[in-house]
Amino acid sequence: MPSELKIANGRVYDPANNVDGNVQDLCIRDGKIVDSVSRSASRIDARGMVVMPGAIDIHCHIAGPKVNLARKLMPEDHRLDVHPKTAVTRSGTGGIVPSTFATGYRYATMGYTTAMEAAVPPITARHVLEELDDTPVVDKGFYVLLGNNAFLYKLLKEGRKKEFKEAIAWWVNSVHAYTVKLVNTGSDELWKGRKNANITDVNERIDHYDITPSFVTESFIEAAHELGLPHPPHIHCNNLGHSGNISTTLDTMKAAQGRRAHMAHIQFHSFGGEVNKNPVSGAQEIIDYINDHENITADVGQVMFGKATAMTADAPLAWMLRNVKFDKWVNADTECESGCGIIPFSYQESIYTHTLQWAMGLELFLMSKDPWRVLLSTDHPNGGSFMNYPKLIKLLMDSAYRKEALQHVNQKAVAKTVLPELDREYTLNEIAIITRAGPARALGLKNKGHLGVGADADITIYTEEEDREQMFNAPRYVIKDGTTVIKDHEFATDHKGKILHSKPGYNEDIATEIEPFFEDYYSVKFSNYAISEDYLHDHEEVPTNPKS
Amino acid sequence: MSATLLHLHTQPEVPLEAETLSPASIAGLSELGIEHLQVMHGNVKAKVGDFFKVTGKGTPDIHIEGDLAKVKMIGACMSEGRVIIEGNVGMHVGIGMSGGEILVKGDATDWVGPEMSGGRITVLGDAGHMVGSAFRGQSTGITGGEIFIHGSAKNEIGNSMRRGLIAIGGDAGDFTAVSMRAGTIIVMGKMGVRTGAGMVRGTVVCFEESKILPSFEYSCRYQPLFLRLYLIRLQEHGFEEKINDKHINGKYERYSGDAVELNRGEILLFSGQ
Repeated sequence: MPSELKIANGRVYDPANNVDGNVQDLCIRDGKIVDSVSRSASRIDARGMVVMPGAIDIHCHIAGPKVNLARKLMPEDHRLDVHPKTAVTRSGTGGIVPSTFATGYRYATMGYTTAMEAAVPPITARHVLEELDDTPVVDKGFYVLLGNNAFLYKLLKEGRKKEFKEAIAWWVNSVHAYTVKLVNTGSDELWKGRKNANITDVNERIDHYDITPSFVTESFIEAAHELGLPHPPHIHCNNLGHSGNISTTLDTMKAAQGRRAHMAHIQFHSFGGEVNKNPVSGAQEIIDYINDHENITADVGQVMFGKATAMTADAPLAWMLRNVKFDKWVNADTECESGCGIIPFSYQESIYTHTLQWAMGLELFLMSKDPWRVLLSTDHPNGGSFMNYPKLIKLLMDSAYRKEALQHVNQKAVAKTVLPELDREYTLNEIAIITRAGPARALGLKNKGHLGVGADADITIYTEEEDREQMFNAPRYVIKDGTTVIKDHEFATDHKGKILHSKPGYNEDIATEIEPFFEDYYSVKFSNYAISEDYLHDHEEVPTNPKS
Repeated sequence: MSATLLHLHTQPEVPLEAETLSPASIAGLSELGIEHLQVMHGNVKAKVGDFFKVTGKGTPDIHIEGDLAKVKMIGACMSEGRVIIEGNVGMHVGIGMSGGEILVKGDATDWVGPEMSGGRITVLGDAGHMVGSAFRGQSTGITGGEIFIHGSAKNEIGNSMRRGLIAIGGDAGDFTAVSMRAGTIIVMGKMGVRTGAGMVRGTVVCFEESKILPSFEYSCRYQPLFLRLYLIRLQEHGFEEKINDKHINGKYERYSGDAVELNRGEILLFSGQ
């Protein structure tokens, strides 16, 4: 007998289908939204409640060796935040980098039903798939780091764009990734070769390869477009956190040449001012460019005050942060593929740069003209834990609260922004866009982020409250694939989400080209590198749309 | 008001996490109320009454009898009152305490007074490793208070401690004052090796000769005034047999270090005269 559920009389926010707070019923059968259900269907009376699709985190760091390194680096953080088991859920530890089980459950308790791990070197993907499988409730996928890949650079240097495209497709297929991720393109090559070197200009030559970061970015965007990946290259620009980095950010966006590109944690790349001097806000220029160019999507990477952990594939950045905060840190090299750095961090109201970053993030949100393309994230755990999302939503929806918060931060930094003059308040519909419909569209997830017929039945039901932080902190019901996972604020059952991945088509001859490179430079055998399908566990292939 | 008396009638099979055995938790409760307080027996929830016989209402003054070597976290987070333990005590005694006093008449095991910020812990017997130390991963250990061990203590006394006073009547193990940020450690017996490795500031005093790390540099021989005051106070707290007039009036060899860190720490070794 099919499982059927009816959510009756809720106030529905479904921006993808132009439903803005209309009172209507939702019918669910076998994990999908349908037109109608039989009279025997179980029923949730959502009268007076707010119904939204399950939220989607487009950029977070929740699984894999680098996350594990951070967990191991901070035992003191876990001790203070134990996540006990319940009758239906498993135990774990919380803190700024929670364990796998706690990550899944905690996302669910805030109404999130999908989360995308944003940076995975291909050689560590096996571990990531296993950890994602152990991250309950949410659907998940990951972006594979290819932007500092030695073999791909070699192909680009030789001008072999066709093979370059085939190789990207081979890598995405081999590790079961969702899309490609570029991080501080070109810099890891310099970092590994010369002491404390970094890329400062996207038109600089990358050592040994005679190509520029701008050219690499452009080539990736072009290849992803031709392969028809559901989500375009996910780009962490050069010069993160350096004063005046708006010029590299703008140059990178221009390199897209009108094709789709996603700019990750754009706040960290919106610094005005001059190099090596105190930064000022460059949010206006960045957001103006994004507003005018429909091919660009971005997530903000908002900084929230309190504990965070810098966790990045950008090794030179980790070195820079280490020199700001002389505390424990990790820097690692990932063979021919990437770098890595981890530093426990905390953002403080009294510090100029921290306040500036906080204000810049809010400026980007409040000056964005198209909520479909400027999405909510804190780059968990880089700008703060994902557990801060409800507070961030309150900052966006309540200008009085925002003005109050402005009183308690570094005023010199505030003076460098236009935040005090921004009175915009996000509506519930816009919140539904930046946390649900927008990320789904940017990710190319046709069955998520909306409540139309045929969509996955990932639904959150909130009791409407004046205090938006409280409201978004504790949904009354969370429904995942038609199963009521959270009922009256309590876990009613455990649930296992799927791994989302894409399978771009390619010519298998490319493998013969890649194999000798492996034998020469890698620590693993070529035949052991590609990950077999059984590591995928429960999974869903998201279709690609290749251009001929 | 008479003290609350707890008598251990059943020895726990595995360590008992008894953070409720603290003036902070039991003050104002009835006998029955105290017996119903929760403790963790391994990973099983249990009650205080399963292991202890309680006499008297809950007061800030607690006497506990029995061999408590398997009972952890006694006096957790206390800010006032007094806990007297007539026997040995288990790990994490006085964890997070900010005031009041704990007296252990037997021996203590590892982790005496982690995260302490005030108050006093006195152990008449020996103590284990990590007296007044930071938990693994933490950058600071105790931030205040006094820990007096009349017997010996093992390795890593005052790891990363930030403020406060630790006095050891007997010998100390290796790595005393490792990564110390500030504060004072006085050892009246011998110290093990690598004292003060990575210390930033702070003072380690020892009455016996000791090996000094190569990253410490000899500065001078002198008579520190503050130490005289500290030692006179310690004499009043039961160390009168260990501290003689020659220690109070004598001179000390000063070594500064650790040069791999800020170089503002000091080790003071009694010169013998």
